[in-house]
Amino acid sequence: MIYSVPGTPGAVVNAKPQYENFIGGKWVKPVKGQYFDNVSPTNGKNFTKIPRSTSEDIELALDAAHAAKDAWGKTSVAARAVILNKIADRMEQNLELLAVAETYDNGKGVRETLAADMPLAIDHFRYFAGAIRAQEGSAGELDEDTVAYHFHEPLGVVGQIIPWNFPILMAVWKLAPALAAGNCIVLKPAEQTPWSILVWMELMADLLPPGVLNIVNGFGVEAGKPLASSKRVAKIAFTGETTTGRLIMQYASENIIPVTLELGGKSPNVFMADIADKDDDFFDKCIEGFVMFALNQGEVCTCPSRALIHESIYDKFMERALARTKAIVQGNPFDTNTMIGAQASNDQLEKIMSYMDIGVKEGAKILTGGKRKIVPGLEDGYYVEPTIFTGKNSMRVFQEEIFGPVVSVTTFKDIDEAIAISNDTLYGLGAGVWTRSVHDSYRLGRAIKAGRVWTNCYHAYPAHAAFGGYKASGIGRENHKMMLDHYQQTKNLLVSYAPKKLGFF
Amino acid sequence: MNRVEISPEALLMLKKMQGIHGALMFHQSGGCCDGSSPMCYPLNDFKVGQADVFLGFVGDAECRAPFYMSGSQFEYWKHTHLTVDIVPGRGSGFSVEAPEGVRFLIRSRLFEDNEWAILEKEPVLTGQNH
Repeated sequence: MIYSVPGTPGAVVNAKPQYENFIGGKWVKPVKGQYFDNVSPTNGKNFTKIPRSTSEDIELALDAAHAAKDAWGKTSVAARAVILNKIADRMEQNLELLAVAETYDNGKGVRETLAADMPLAIDHFRYFAGAIRAQEGSAGELDEDTVAYHFHEPLGVVGQIIPWNFPILMAVWKLAPALAAGNCIVLKPAEQTPWSILVWMELMADLLPPGVLNIVNGFGVEAGKPLASSKRVAKIAFTGETTTGRLIMQYASENIIPVTLELGGKSPNVFMADIADKDDDFFDKCIEGFVMFALNQGEVCTCPSRALIHESIYDKFMERALARTKAIVQGNPFDTNTMIGAQASNDQLEKIMSYMDIGVKEGAKILTGGKRKIVPGLEDGYYVEPTIFTGKNSMRVFQEEIFGPVVSVTTFKDIDEAIAISNDTLYGLGAGVWTRSVHDSYRLGRAIKAGRVWTNCYHAYPAHAAFGGYKASGIGRENHKMMLDHYQQTKNLLVSYAPKKLGFF
Repeated sequence: MNRVEISPEALLMLKKMQGIHGALMFHQSGGCCDGSSPMCYPLNDFKVGQADVFLGFVGDAECRAPFYMSGSQFEYWKHTHLTVDIVPGRGSGFSVEAPEGVRFLIRSRLFEDNEWAILEKEPVLTGQNH
């Protein structure tokens, strides 16, 4: 099936000529009246105007959030959970519309937005609706007459800065736990992909009390910075890269507030020799696991962009992996048969191509791909051929996040070398381990310094598995009920029920 | 012998940005999304760490910006010469040029053996002590 492009006959969603910020439950024009063009990476065309907000707009949003925070924080968890479930239901009722909007805004295939982005986002709201109902404080009996009560309290008003690779899903990863925990939010979408979350907000506008969720659009330097450096946020959550991560921590240190940072990776995907012992379903699954580097055009922080293959199976494995990579269907993102779509922006395309260049200069060999792809009818879209490099782990294409459909392949001779290569990176977000041996899988899984080690699977993102990084990949976690704690204060009431004085004074 | 330079087109944008924000600096990023791109900030907005490596200044007498990279990242990059270039696009992050609809980008080449022979003997400057 091919969905109609927004703005053409039969489209399930169309863009307005212009959008506004969502502040205090209303659509509000940016104070300075400035807008920027939003380009679809699928065809390189401007299709709507988005507020180019400044610190004045951030302040308005913070005013609205602070006005709403006391009432929202005191709203019962049952009532908050009902709202989260209603959001999930409404997303489900509008799944196609949201999926097509996401595809137009980001460039990824509608197959993914229909089957992954939206269902995962919906489930995320339901998960945290349940988790907040089940969360309890504690009562510690310190002695016969003394009790330590621990309560969870919301932080208040939090700031969230969203990346462009999964514009709705990444927003929901941050929104659902923060809302469940009783916080009010000022959210800044990515400037490459601001539209789909505004379409989402239009659908949800009546479900949340005014001021609980505020969306302010704009550029990092003009809108992100005043949000991240504001004295009026109790926490800042950011997904992006390391330098901005450091800058955000620096601002947070000035205000003594916590941060959650998710800053990417260069994830190893380890294929042990025993996977090729049989040519069965599992071996086939391993080949698919290798090709996962192309999922979402490689624009995933956990892209398995370094494949480590045991030298004894290299030829057999790569023959199969190469054929599977060449079979990737790339093209019109609105066609449900398309497996990978467009890169999210022109500068990403240029950056990916700059890595093709340095990869070759460093002596890495290209087994397939390596070029920009021109898709007929979408000649101005930002498409890159799925690319396999072979080389050494010290090369820059093995060490830097390319954020494209590019994998760098090398070999290892034993498990110790596999662990050493896996850990020879600045990052530690994801990893993959493929083996028929429970012993090797456990040893590798524990030895690789990464926040998540997928074992005989890859790129699964269930709400109840913690996600986050070791090393330069960030601080804190997302997903899982433990995430509630990232958006809560701990209140301890230390209570004496003893009527008699201590006798000290 | 320099480790980093800037293309004429990128320098024009750097000058324009200097006119708006005052003196500027670059810090090479890594990681997700806009990672692997250089970030351009008003000088002193970003706190340069003791372990950051100073690769050199880019620009000319009229507009000169120091270029830094984290020390651990430098270990993987040090054998390559960098050129700050500029392309149309919409970067994220807090880099100052993004609202102009352009993005600074790094182009790289390997140092030649004779260049490397010189660089190898030069001290690597860290922090702001340069």
